[in-house]
Amino acid sequence: MNRQINRVAVAALVLLAALIVATTYWQSWAAAGLADRQDNAIQRVAQFEIKRGEIFAADGHTYLARRVLRKVKGKKLYFRRYPQGARTAHVVGYSTTVRARAGLERSMNDYLTASNANLNTVVDTTLDKLRGATIEGNDLILTLRPGVQKLAYEQLAGRCGSVVALEPKTGRVLTMANSPSFDPNLMEKPGGYAKILKIQAPCSSPSPLVNRATFGHYIPGSIFKVVTASAGLDTGKYQPESTFVDPGFCVEYGRKVTNYSDQSGPAVYGRVNLVQALVNSINSVFCNIGKEMGPKPIVDYMKRYGFYSVPPLETPVNERRPSGLFDNGKLFEPENAGQVDPGRLAFGQERLQVTPLQMAMVAAGVANGGVPMEPYVVQRIRAPDGKTIRKARPHELGRAISPQTSRTLTEMMTLVVQGGTGTAAQIPGVAVAGKTGTAETGVRGRNTVWFITFAPADDPKVAVAVVLEAQSGTGGQLAAPIAKTVLQALLPSRSNT
Amino acid sequence: MSARNRELLNLTVVGALTAIGFASVYIAQQEVVSTSSLSYAGFFFTLYLAAHIVARMCVPHADPYLLPIAALLTAIGVTEIYRLNPDDAFRQGLWVVIGVGLFAATLFALRRDYRRLETYRYLFGLAAIVLLVLPAAPVIGRTVNGANLWVGFGSFQFQPGELAKILLIVFLAGYLREKREVLAQGRLKDFGPLLVIWGGAMLVLFQTNDLGSGLLYFGIFLAMLYVATARAWFVAAGMALFVAGATVVYEIVPRVQERVAVWRDPWPLADDEGYQIVQSHYSMAAGGFGGTGLGKGTFTTIDGDYVIPFLKTDFIYSALSQELGLVGSAALLLVFMLFALRGFRVALLATDGFSKLLAIGLTFGFALQTFIIVGGVVRLIPLTGITLPFVSYGGSSLLANFLLLAGLMLISNRANERMSGA
Repeated sequence: MNRQINRVAVAALVLLAALIVATTYWQSWAAAGLADRQDNAIQRVAQFEIKRGEIFAADGHTYLARRVLRKVKGKKLYFRRYPQGARTAHVVGYSTTVRARAGLERSMNDYLTASNANLNTVVDTTLDKLRGATIEGNDLILTLRPGVQKLAYEQLAGRCGSVVALEPKTGRVLTMANSPSFDPNLMEKPGGYAKILKIQAPCSSPSPLVNRATFGHYIPGSIFKVVTASAGLDTGKYQPESTFVDPGFCVEYGRKVTNYSDQSGPAVYGRVNLVQALVNSINSVFCNIGKEMGPKPIVDYMKRYGFYSVPPLETPVNERRPSGLFDNGKLFEPENAGQVDPGRLAFGQERLQVTPLQMAMVAAGVANGGVPMEPYVVQRIRAPDGKTIRKARPHELGRAISPQTSRTLTEMMTLVVQGGTGTAAQIPGVAVAGKTGTAETGVRGRNTVWFITFAPADDPKVAVAVVLEAQSGTGGQLAAPIAKTVLQALLPSRSNT
Repeated sequence: MSARNRELLNLTVVGALTAIGFASVYIAQQEVVSTSSLSYAGFFFTLYLAAHIVARMCVPHADPYLLPIAALLTAIGVTEIYRLNPDDAFRQGLWVVIGVGLFAATLFALRRDYRRLETYRYLFGLAAIVLLVLPAAPVIGRTVNGANLWVGFGSFQFQPGELAKILLIVFLAGYLREKREVLAQGRLKDFGPLLVIWGGAMLVLFQTNDLGSGLLYFGIFLAMLYVATARAWFVAAGMALFVAGATVVYEIVPRVQERVAVWRDPWPLADDEGYQIVQSHYSMAAGGFGGTGLGKGTFTTIDGDYVIPFLKTDFIYSALSQELGLVGSAALLLVFMLFALRGFRVALLATDGFSKLLAIGLTFGFALQTFIIVGGVVRLIPLTGITLPFVSYGGSSLLANFLLLAGLMLISNRANERMSGA
């Protein structure tokens, strides 16, 4: 019988060994993937036992997210408080036990919980584990300027819209404010989430949880003329002095497309050059430029500014969207003039959908000698012992236009503010460059109004994009003053708030 | 060194490990090393010291590793249960006391010659069948988590299947020893009783709604039949019969279909039927390589509700995996393998057919039960609700396992005694 006993023994041991193999799979191979799943209740709670890293504004001491210790049933848990509330809700996001995380709280979770693979952090957490001490996460220091963030949020004044301010030389996001917003502190409160969903705002879809700056899709309207002008000038097809005759409209497929009209009817400018066409935002001129150039060069220059790809930023990738031409909700790239109306494309209509961040990148690209920088919002990641474990370094997105074109465009955009549609953005003693946009949606009082700007024109320090939804005025009237206020607050001559 | 001195030394090591385990749970939960952690370990050590003294008197030549391994496994179980809920650990501790008592009584009663049990084999068989059908009886039968495995009187609950398993093994050892030559000839008419047993296993399956118990009983039976007759095709035929029966059960019982669906892919069912197994995967993943440490794992939500239902019984392995990590769970499985190895060694050394069959039945039952429950938790096989021997919370299971331990020690005592005597 002993031979049979041996065989049964081998069979039994093989079965038990298979258990070790399966356990190894779950605890090493599959472990990382399982930890990231959003319905992982254990991770959700376990991470609240970690001294989660805190999030600070650019000044290094204004709390954007802080931890508070609370004892729950004998367990020490670290909950989150967001002292800036709605002002920074979209960038910072939230981390609660009841809902999945969002914003930087989600995308930077590894750093905040010290589960990043950085050697320094791994050594620290392993020592903490061995000592039985609470693991302490890394802090984030952002590029957001708390005073300006507050100012921008207040300037939006409950209207639907967004303000993005970049430092052109680095790509630093100085301000990213959206309205309507929500108080992330409500998330953890009973009924809080329902309250957030009920937030009202004067536009068709208030969506308070959405980061409009990176995920909002808007028709750009006339601010897009900066991209069209970039293509026209940089390819050498047009010069600032190139002349056009404006009959007040442009014929597209046998139909008249008129210039922007006020109470006195559509404006007619007659013989103008390219500079005047931009300063007065003459649709018919750009319409003809588009028809002459065709869509290809315009789309090329869009891509050079970063359109057609998700703009880089540290927030979760599903909270950002690319800008470009969209067909049935999908990005599409026209191969020939038949697939797109190049005239309408040239003055920012057609099926263009852009994010405020992307338009701020266009302004910053022109401002930075033709080179847009990759935007970033996390300046520094700091270990619990104060050591810096990662520091942001500016990266070029690539060259969009030549330094010469950049200078020409800057001059043209300065004229827009000096004596064109953007006079509301004038700052005494500072040369401001800008471009207005008023995208008519066909319904009165439902205009999307824009202003993109940078200053000082000779040595740009700040680039801003402002968008407001569902307005009855123009970009020059409504968006430009907000941009001006933000510019003033951010320009170095002023106190650094 | 004599076998019993070796056993005492091993028990001392286990006692030290228990003290460390309890101390780390205390440190993790109260941030103090209290003397009560030592008193727990002291209590445990004293209890097993008593068992050791009984072994010294009754089975001086028995294998010196079986008792310490069992002690280690119960200590791991009680430590983890204590960490989950101290009140449960107190009750479990009480069951360990009763279990050790039963172990001592068994050793004492059968110290001269356990082989007289063979005489009563049919009585054992009958008792096993009665115990198996007991949960179906009116008034006392109880259904827990969809399986009819329980009997209860008032607040007292018992799983008779656990005890029936041991009785069935004794019956089979006696029966197969008597009939092995006849059966080995493979004549159809001799297989009547075996088909009856197959039918019985299927009946148990139907009646308990639980694939795990059916698989366990039938697996033990096939292993013993193979050792008795040396006919591999019996095993193949038996497996085929089992698969056929299981398929029928699968078609009829929705609960079994549910379990199989969850086994194949729990993720789409993560909010409903698959919730338990999905959260158990998360628990194991949270442990990673080194584990969170005893007492440092996460098993409750912020409100203090348990994330995984049946954590202390069916899912104790996923709790242990989280706190001890891959290193600890692999070590735990190695301890189970070690116990099985010692058991198989006992079967090899035993000199008579009844003893060999009894040892192989008890050991293979132990190993297969471990495989079925842990295999269910790690999703190698569909999940079924049986206990992890010596570790899971539950009195009936502990008592049955102490009987199993006593059986193996009795057999090894006799085998070693004859070897050293010869």
